[in-house]
Amino acid sequence: MKENYPQDMHQPETISWHRKHLLDIDDFSISEYDLVIKTAGVMGGILSRPIKKVPALRGRTIATLFYEPSTRTRSSFELAAKYLSADVVNLAASSSSITKGESLIDTLHTLEAMGVEIIIMRHPLAGACHLAARHAKSSIINAGDGGHAHPTQALLDMYTILKHKPAIAGLNIVILGDSRHSRVARSNIWGLTAMGASVTLCGPRSLLPIGLTPRHPLYSKIKLETDILRALEGADVVMALRMQKERQAAGLIPDIREYVSQFRLTSDRLAVAKPDALVMHPGPVNEDIEISFEVASGSQSLITEQVSNGLAVRMAVLYLISGGSKE
Amino acid sequence: MEPTIVLNREDIRRTLGRMAHEIIETNKDLLKIIMIGMRTRGVPMANRLAANIKAFENAQIPVGVLDFSLYRDDLGSRDLQPVVKSTSIPSGIDGKIIILVDDVLFTGRSSRAAMDALIDLGRPSAIKLAVLVDRGHRELPIRADYVGKNIPSARDEEVQVKLTETDGLDEVSIYKKIESGK
Amino acid sequence: MISSILIKNGRLIDPAGSFDRPADVLIKGGLISEVAGPGQIEQAGADNVFNAEGMIVCPGFIDLHCHLREPGQEDKESIKTGSEAAANGGFTTICCMPNTLPPIDTAAAVSYINSIAARDSAIRVLPIGCITKNRKGEELAPLYELAEAGVAGFSDDGSPVADSSLMLRAMLYAGPLGLPIIDHCEDLSLSRGGLMNEGDLANILGLPGIPAAAEEIMVARDILLAKSTGIHIHLAHISTRGSVEMVRFAKRNGIKVTAEVTPHHLTLTENAVAGYNTNAKVNPPLRSDDDVQSLIDGLTDGTIDVISTDHAPHTAAEKEQEFALAPAGISGFEPALASLLSLVHRGKIEMAKLIGALTFAPAGILNGRYGKLGAITPGWIADVTVFDPGREWRVEIGGFISRGKNTPLNGMTLKGKVMLTISRGDVVYRLNSK
Repeated sequence: MKENYPQDMHQPETISWHRKHLLDIDDFSISEYDLVIKTAGVMGGILSRPIKKVPALRGRTIATLFYEPSTRTRSSFELAAKYLSADVVNLAASSSSITKGESLIDTLHTLEAMGVEIIIMRHPLAGACHLAARHAKSSIINAGDGGHAHPTQALLDMYTILKHKPAIAGLNIVILGDSRHSRVARSNIWGLTAMGASVTLCGPRSLLPIGLTPRHPLYSKIKLETDILRALEGADVVMALRMQKERQAAGLIPDIREYVSQFRLTSDRLAVAKPDALVMHPGPVNEDIEISFEVASGSQSLITEQVSNGLAVRMAVLYLISGGSKE
Repeated sequence: MEPTIVLNREDIRRTLGRMAHEIIETNKDLLKIIMIGMRTRGVPMANRLAANIKAFENAQIPVGVLDFSLYRDDLGSRDLQPVVKSTSIPSGIDGKIIILVDDVLFTGRSSRAAMDALIDLGRPSAIKLAVLVDRGHRELPIRADYVGKNIPSARDEEVQVKLTETDGLDEVSIYKKIESGK
Repeated sequence: MISSILIKNGRLIDPAGSFDRPADVLIKGGLISEVAGPGQIEQAGADNVFNAEGMIVCPGFIDLHCHLREPGQEDKESIKTGSEAAANGGFTTICCMPNTLPPIDTAAAVSYINSIAARDSAIRVLPIGCITKNRKGEELAPLYELAEAGVAGFSDDGSPVADSSLMLRAMLYAGPLGLPIIDHCEDLSLSRGGLMNEGDLANILGLPGIPAAAEEIMVARDILLAKSTGIHIHLAHISTRGSVEMVRFAKRNGIKVTAEVTPHHLTLTENAVAGYNTNAKVNPPLRSDDDVQSLIDGLTDGTIDVISTDHAPHTAAEKEQEFALAPAGISGFEPALASLLSLVHRGKIEMAKLIGALTFAPAGILNGRYGKLGAITPGWIADVTVFDPGREWRVEIGGFISRGKNTPLNGMTLKGKVMLTISRGDVVYRLNSK
């Protein structure tokens, strides 16, 4: 492994990054969070230039492999790769090809045989990226696996908060909605508690995590709350989650109307949070369901900023993954 | 092997003074100049040159910082990427005269990367290069416009620049490299 | 050609007779011929002599619950490979569940199993018949016909009998036959979509959980049906504290219920699933520390009667899939004894109790239908297992006889190895000495 830079150029300080894959966020160290955030800051600077391109990943090939439809996250990764001058190929396998027996492992090997070095994967089943990583020579970046994790979302949410608050430590953060099934919630819980925030999960009890015991490593740092006003009191950040229609179909809630009446984030409800509380949403927002139209377009809403921050964070992740020591 | 000190603190002070005078002499319109220090030691050097020019001519030349890691020609062929740091230029560079400032000019690859980075930021009317030390062994057709000292060196020697802002003292030394066992 | 075997210098543990001391055993004509103190049996009278010094000699293990996959899924296992793997594991009688393709719900299907077993298996293979036609849980299978064809019991295993009135009818109808009715206790409405035990790890991994209540509700139902009918019901693979406590309560109140537990539920927790390890994906799922402790206590105090492997082989390709898609099941015959012995080594259970749950107790549930099994008594069938309780070995799935390499124990070093297995007086397994 070539550690030293050639003596013909200035020797740079090299990154301390040892992940071949980005599957999870639950074992990130504080210094890893810091590195991602600092690098994302530099990448953000590139996004404000007239020429939004740097040659850092020139000649590298990156594939997106999405088994779940997603225009937003996929294009975010695709653009991030292109801004770093990488070549990108997009594979949209439908969920049906999973059941048709075209194995994930075969698809992986096919892509690698074509020279793909980084695969950004989204899959409806938890653990799919772990399965891929066991068989991959390339690097796997988890863009969402079932209800388990969405690491880059949590990183961009963290980065967004830090653009508006001096620190995450000590913040009172509310995650509003179906946190039981949400990979965005799971990853954010790991990230935010690691940085010292306390997290309140608010929603109907059937949509909050079931089966937690005091032996859960984060037990003391999360609170479950079914009353929205109690949850929002004094909150510094409110993250609303997308309400999936399938939850009603699964009978977990009687109907969306009732969810809205109890848990929609309206201006009245937001008023019990701190006056400078931040409002966030991973997108896409269901118009007027999770968040009232007023709040979504209001001055406290960072929803649009999250999108551009997502691009910077994904550029940072691609840069770090492409060049860490592969342990 | 003991390093040989080529420039001491006083030498460096005089050299930077002389370079500032050269810059003043060869640029009719000082107000078109932006000094951009290449990370890392080019930055304090650029600051000192700008301070000298201010002292000699009472002209305030803006100073910027350039991180060219993303433009290196050895990315991807090494296993560890460099830490990227910020680039900050005080104003647009279109139509300006950019003086890139670096401590050592060797193969020319850093300067090439820095120029590519600059050109993605805008269209300067000219780019000039100011270096404290030129140690020869160019691998690209690059030459410095302002040179502090020419120090011929062998390829297996290392020329080390230390500046107070980054290293606690001002000194330029040369020594033979021991084969690194890393 | 009837050869005789003398097993000498071993420690004979025969729980049926509460026997635990050094003894020699002579086997002749397929039966136990003589049991006496060490050195007291004339060595010259035996064709083969096996020196069991440092080893334990006990009745051959009886497994009431396993899956041999034949007919229909022979890439996972066959009666031949499964029975051979079982013999390696010290089992001399195994009862195979009827969730094959087609399922064992007619006399013809039972005969098929019996004839394949006669041809391919060196040990006793007893078929279990379906409770309902096609295992669909809608209509009773021809239980009398199945009994006449030779099933050892009835079960829809893999599935519960979800409809309580149907289970009631099955118990009433088949009760007089005296064959165990074995229920796989799972409330499908509660377990639907679940992939592992509901709890902290399921939350961390983002996998839907199967609550303990999914099993316990069915356990309660079956106990109450046994109470109201007076007919014996046998509960397959129980896994939770609640289930153990209800069975304990039922027994105290004279209700005819017996229960079984697997080696993996006694020795592994849900943590084995960490990292999405599909080899630890099993139904019922591996549970919490507390559940495991309650199962060990239940075995010790007799609440749980027998240990069954629930040997469930799957192909490597099937298991190497996304966690939700991989089939549930653990290949259990070959490492069973060693993993169970870890409980003895750690002082959690007595050796004699463990052996009893593998021999005497399951023989009791088989009701003597297959002859005198489960004990080493002169005149009884010579099914004998000899094992070295301290011998260390590494679990290597590459060395498994079973086609199913799906075990979470792969690569682990365990203590306790079967050295000799004798079925009906013939040696069916012997460890090659290095």
